[in-house]
Amino acid sequence: MSTTTTHPYVAALLAGTAALPQSPAAWLDARRAAALERANALAVPTTRDEEWRFTDLTPLTRLQFQPVTTASTVSAADIAAYAVSEAAVRLVFVDGIHVPALSHAGFLPAGITVELLASALKKHGALIEPYLAQLVKNDNDLFAALNTAFLQHGVFIHAAKNAALQAPIHLLFVATRKGVAAYPRCLVVADAGSEITVIEDYVALGDEAGLTNAVTEIAVAANASVRHIKLQRESSQAFHIGSSAVTLAKDARYLSHAVSFGARLSRNNLSVTQMGEGAHAQIDGLALIGGRQLADTHTLMDHTQPNGTCEQSHKTIVGGAGHAVFNGKVFVHQGAQLTNSSQQSRNLLLSDKARVDTKPQLEIFADDVKCAHGATVGQLDADHLFYLKSRGLPEAQARNLLTYAFGAEIIDRIPVPSLVAQLEQYVMARTEAGA
Amino acid sequence: MINANAKKILEVRDLTATVAGVDILKGINLTVRAGEVHAIMGPNGSGKSTLAKVLAGHPAYTVTGGEVLFEGKDLFALASDERARAGIFLGFQYPVEIPGVTNSAFLRLAYNTVQGGRGKEELDPLEFDDLVREKMKLLEMNPEFLSRSVNDGFSGGEKKRNEILQMALLEPKLSLLDETDSGLDIDALRVVAGGVNTLLNAGNACVLVTHYQRLLNYITPDYVHVMSAGRIIRSGDKSLALELEERGYDWLLDDKKAGATV
Repeated sequence: MSTTTTHPYVAALLAGTAALPQSPAAWLDARRAAALERANALAVPTTRDEEWRFTDLTPLTRLQFQPVTTASTVSAADIAAYAVSEAAVRLVFVDGIHVPALSHAGFLPAGITVELLASALKKHGALIEPYLAQLVKNDNDLFAALNTAFLQHGVFIHAAKNAALQAPIHLLFVATRKGVAAYPRCLVVADAGSEITVIEDYVALGDEAGLTNAVTEIAVAANASVRHIKLQRESSQAFHIGSSAVTLAKDARYLSHAVSFGARLSRNNLSVTQMGEGAHAQIDGLALIGGRQLADTHTLMDHTQPNGTCEQSHKTIVGGAGHAVFNGKVFVHQGAQLTNSSQQSRNLLLSDKARVDTKPQLEIFADDVKCAHGATVGQLDADHLFYLKSRGLPEAQARNLLTYAFGAEIIDRIPVPSLVAQLEQYVMARTEAGA
Repeated sequence: MINANAKKILEVRDLTATVAGVDILKGINLTVRAGEVHAIMGPNGSGKSTLAKVLAGHPAYTVTGGEVLFEGKDLFALASDERARAGIFLGFQYPVEIPGVTNSAFLRLAYNTVQGGRGKEELDPLEFDDLVREKMKLLEMNPEFLSRSVNDGFSGGEKKRNEILQMALLEPKLSLLDETDSGLDIDALRVVAGGVNTLLNAGNACVLVTHYQRLLNYITPDYVHVMSAGRIIRSGDKSLALELEERGYDWLLDDKKAGATV
């Protein structure tokens, strides 16, 4: 359907853009305006759109969301449970607005910059311009276009050539209010040979229906390494739509850990484009949902150059009447010889009403590549259960332990112990409650 | 160690069982008293592993007849986890791997569950750590196996050591060791068998399911039973195992066929 009439729901969402201040850079104003125009032209996707076949956005369109200009009052104690003790620096946003009192800037080594997007645009405009709103594709993605149209609050992270920071950078986004839309934006630029870890952490206080529409762009230069941990633990009423777009130069490494526990409806898009030879991506995903939650993950691994490697493992644990969706595309272009790309989608259903739709897709146009993919949907393995019961564990306890283990396998690969402890505790509590 | 007056730990009477509708056990009779070591031998497919799994309560097998008493009580009234807490231990031929659960957490959970089930004291992580490290020495196991996931990436020998470590911790009254010797090199076999010997005493009993005589060079059986086609066709003392080693199983099977025609 082609029309220039703005979809009424989109028009209502976009009403808020009129109040946006001018950005510090003319090029950014132009990109916001282009995104606004694009958003006006796009409709809210329906299940008739292939990309949204299993994810019905109707519940989202029944509610109205607007950005706010002041954050609610949140104390340090309110968010103490989300502290990551290893973090070098923490930036906290409440309802989309940065709260300096809750943030702390630790010691950052030379060459590492972590700054609010607004001030970074003034100081590092030339560094930002090649990437911001350039890596993520707006053309057919209403939510990415909306985020760019509202682009104001966010974070710029830069690692200069050969700069390395072992400690993670913790970006904590706290949702507190009903009807609030937050449009967080992150840009990560890792120059040649650098190494950083970024935690994007979306949490909620209370159980309100807010909307988070997040976009993160990550450019990894030659031989650089970025570890990207994205946690979505918002309220069970919330809507979370996030897109991450990553480009990898020669021999770059990108390690992604995406964990979704929260939201009534969540959609996580991750697109990784290998633009140089020999780049490596590791893409781990875990969704643990129950009740009437829906968690949708769409990934795209685009191998355009030779000798690229990618290992992807996506797991879901679905209880109650939950619904998990996974769509993983792997493209191997004609020139991308000697690509080695694997993808596993493993899904555990804990109840009769739980549902999973998984669709791994391989499209290969090169003739000398190694690609493997597989998908399993099932219940707990009877032999595993018997093993635990033969050691005295009652049925329920054995089931919980195996469910926990299924998720822990993904969580344990996150090299941040305090975060692993938080997530494991959550998974344990959730499995004991029947997910 | 045979003591005719020792109490009966296990009595199997006319036991029959099926898997997926196929008869596997066709009438097993076996009595095991405290202090005894029984070896169950036989060719592949004779039903010896099935017997161990049925006794431990594997859900794939259906008991179709006969009865089994464990310490005088109906074993089949107990679910598999209840059997474990009551004192039955199955050492698996193929221990399963459980990525995501550390071995130490698993061992402590099993230990405390069984202890709790027996009305005994449970241990906190530090106390348990002392205990498990002590038991690991028995099996010459590197303590690093505590921090790895259960059996995940363990070699065949490491998995079997981990099984006997669990036996050492759970202190069963009846150990059913299913092909514990398979996949072990000679050094690992010596260590694992030595561990088992240390754990056996006048108050417990052990049933070794094995295809080969070589395990019995290290763990001396009081009785050797030969199974074929779901029945015990011959019982004897340890010399029977040596005879089997020398002559194979065929002569017994031929004997049986000959006997059947009489």
